[in-house]
Amino acid sequence: MSPEHWTRPAHPADEPDNGVTSGPPAATAAKPTREQVIAGLRATSEGGADLVQLLTPEGERVTHPDFDIDLTAAQLRDLYRDMVLVRRFDREGNALQRQGQLGIWVPLLGQEAAQIGAGRALRSGDMAFPSYREHGVAWCRGLDPTELLGIFRGTDHGSWDPLSTGFHLYTIVIGNQALNAAGYAMGQKFDGKVGDDDGEATMVFFGDGATSQGDVHEAMVWGSVYDAPLVLFCQNNQWAISEPLERQTRVPLYQRAAGYGFPGIRVDGNDVLASLAVSKWALDECRHGNGPVLIEAFTYRMDAHTTTDDPTRYRLSDELEAWKLKDPIERLRVHLVREHDADQAFFDEVQAESDELAARFREFCFSMPEPDPGRIFSEVYADPSPAVTAQRDELLGYLDGFAEQPAAAQGGVH
Amino acid sequence: MAAPAMERTDVTNGSARPDATRTVTMAKSLNMGLRSALEQDPKVLVMGEDVGKLGGVFRVTDGLQKDFGEHRVLDTPLAESGIIGTAVGLAIRGYRPVCEIQFDGFIFPGYDQIVSQLAKLHFRSQGKVKMPVVVRVPFGGGIGAVEHHSESPESLFAHIGGLKVVSCSNPVDAYWMLRQAIECDDPVLFFEPKRRYYEKAELNTEAQPPPLFASRVLRRGTAATIATYGPTVPTCLAAANAAAEEGTELEVIDLRSLSPLDLGPVFESVRRTGRLVLASEAPPESSITSEITARVQQECFYSLEAPVLRVTGFDVPYPPTKLEKHFLPDLDRVLDAVDRSLAF
Ligand SMILES: Cc1ncc(C[n+]2csc(CCOP(=O)(O)OP(=O)(O)O)c2C)c(N)n1
Repeated sequence: MSPEHWTRPAHPADEPDNGVTSGPPAATAAKPTREQVIAGLRATSEGGADLVQLLTPEGERVTHPDFDIDLTAAQLRDLYRDMVLVRRFDREGNALQRQGQLGIWVPLLGQEAAQIGAGRALRSGDMAFPSYREHGVAWCRGLDPTELLGIFRGTDHGSWDPLSTGFHLYTIVIGNQALNAAGYAMGQKFDGKVGDDDGEATMVFFGDGATSQGDVHEAMVWGSVYDAPLVLFCQNNQWAISEPLERQTRVPLYQRAAGYGFPGIRVDGNDVLASLAVSKWALDECRHGNGPVLIEAFTYRMDAHTTTDDPTRYRLSDELEAWKLKDPIERLRVHLVREHDADQAFFDEVQAESDELAARFREFCFSMPEPDPGRIFSEVYADPSPAVTAQRDELLGYLDGFAEQPAAAQGGVH
Repeated sequence: MAAPAMERTDVTNGSARPDATRTVTMAKSLNMGLRSALEQDPKVLVMGEDVGKLGGVFRVTDGLQKDFGEHRVLDTPLAESGIIGTAVGLAIRGYRPVCEIQFDGFIFPGYDQIVSQLAKLHFRSQGKVKMPVVVRVPFGGGIGAVEHHSESPESLFAHIGGLKVVSCSNPVDAYWMLRQAIECDDPVLFFEPKRRYYEKAELNTEAQPPPLFASRVLRRGTAATIATYGPTVPTCLAAANAAAEEGTELEVIDLRSLSPLDLGPVFESVRRTGRLVLASEAPPESSITSEITARVQQECFYSLEAPVLRVTGFDVPYPPTKLEKHFLPDLDRVLDAVDRSLAF
């Protein structure tokens, strides 16, 4: 597959008819109606030949001329197991927030296939830059899910080592990580780690809303002009809090890549096989020096934006119901049963394992210690600042005073 | 979509209506302020992320898009540089945009546009181009949020020539200050203490408002002066109440305007009490509290009985929420500073 396939200028005759790119050249074309534009943005397997899919919502294996993947039954079971376990601890995180154990939770429900497909395509020498919803990618990078809890319980800003795990810290400021990833990928290239099968690559995750940020645009410029081994993995889950996709763009997101001069591919984000196949291909392109690549994983956020959000204010339950039929786990389950003789014992085993994980996750949450007040001041600088050290000593001395007179410590309400 | 005809709320000379006084939260009073500004002036726009159908993540813009339409209340793409930059363009074209930044920590992608264009265009154009833009920023900590949701960046804006910076501390001020900020022909950074959004007070929308760029004495006292703004105002008032029970009368001043600073009432107070304690959640170095400290020692040197003391956050990134109780100035830390001042 050559990148040119994706980057050559659109020709009216061979573009899919999705209501946006077909018809005469732009200068003479009638302006598409708002409805046509939105229909184009929302075109999925039913509407677009542009969607890479290997497993239908009914669990039927289909082929794709450019992206295919040969997986053993054992590998398919592993992908299933990954998705079930990740969904299970995600639901537990949500429940823990509801019970007041966590300040907030960011659900990934519905996006398991996109994340496991991408995450399992990464190799140990690769680097992943997540946003804040990538619990499934964290899982694939070997983080124990309990490592995510500190952020949501408010004891730390991330407890893992980004360098040894190949998984950068969660990034909350929308789009920032895209430029950081572009820089990291430039470094991989400058270090001579790109050029053959053993090359390294970087994958950055962001949402559809993030594509409006200058940082994401700039990351595409940087990645492109330095030929960085960068895979930009956009999980288009259709919503940026209350704002639908059409508030961010007038063209399908994957098509934007053409403007930067690299391939853009739209993959069924609820199909773990397709997500894996396309991610592997894209990372491989990068390893060989043909990056960047933009992947738009077309998926849906099944739950609220976060536990503080109320999606009933802005979206219709019909939409949710329609996407339920495309559930990523269910379709692989059907496929496993039909084609690979997966029996009840296997599903029971995965179920039991997920229950154990959830219980461990919950117990860990309950037993997390309160952070020490000195942590406010530690590791602010590599070379400690005398002013910050003085502020620490002053606060710790002040708090010590309370230990001697417990009555005074009661008054700290405001 | 045109605004529906609605009853005009006249700030200056309306005759008192029976429903003019209501008990409202700060979020609601800001909503009322925006609503009346949208009603009065067709050039006023509200713009930001999720301000439309959702009504903003704090519901400050609740119901406005429904009543004024998508071209008066704009759900913008997710890009702060875009929000501020287009507001600048809209202002050049004669509009009066009121931008919402979702949380303090997300203003930085828009910082370039604020500092490079919004602040400077009036000066660069020698007054030919006006910049009547309000940027609303929910700020400060104490709501148990994750990173980037609890910061106090107001000093960074007060440092920039060409910007005005204000912060409300209660529902009544919130209403009037927002109305006046929207009427102001200069860019106003409007800092809203998010952890006070749901505190209530009685608001009379037909009262005579105090001027926007002025501080206010909220409580009279003789022992020492406390000057503060935004989220720490209620904390300091509570501290003053606690001190009064022990016979110490503290004067409490709400600064309200951070740039320009209205320090007249502070100087006057310090000359009487001889002592000043400043409270703010912001890190202390190179901040609004440093500025006030410098000016008070310059103006009130011979009246001071004690050094000016500050109760603030620390010069570190905002900590995880389990530690914010130690970071934020609370009643005890304010009283401790008062005691230290009185002990001099
Ligand atoms: C710079 C910035 N502005 C605003 C926000 C507040 N915010 C958090 S998530 C979000 C929506 C993000 O949508 P999208 O990029 O589509 O990702 P998703 O959450 O859907 O995965 C917004 C507006 C933020 N975190 N950072």
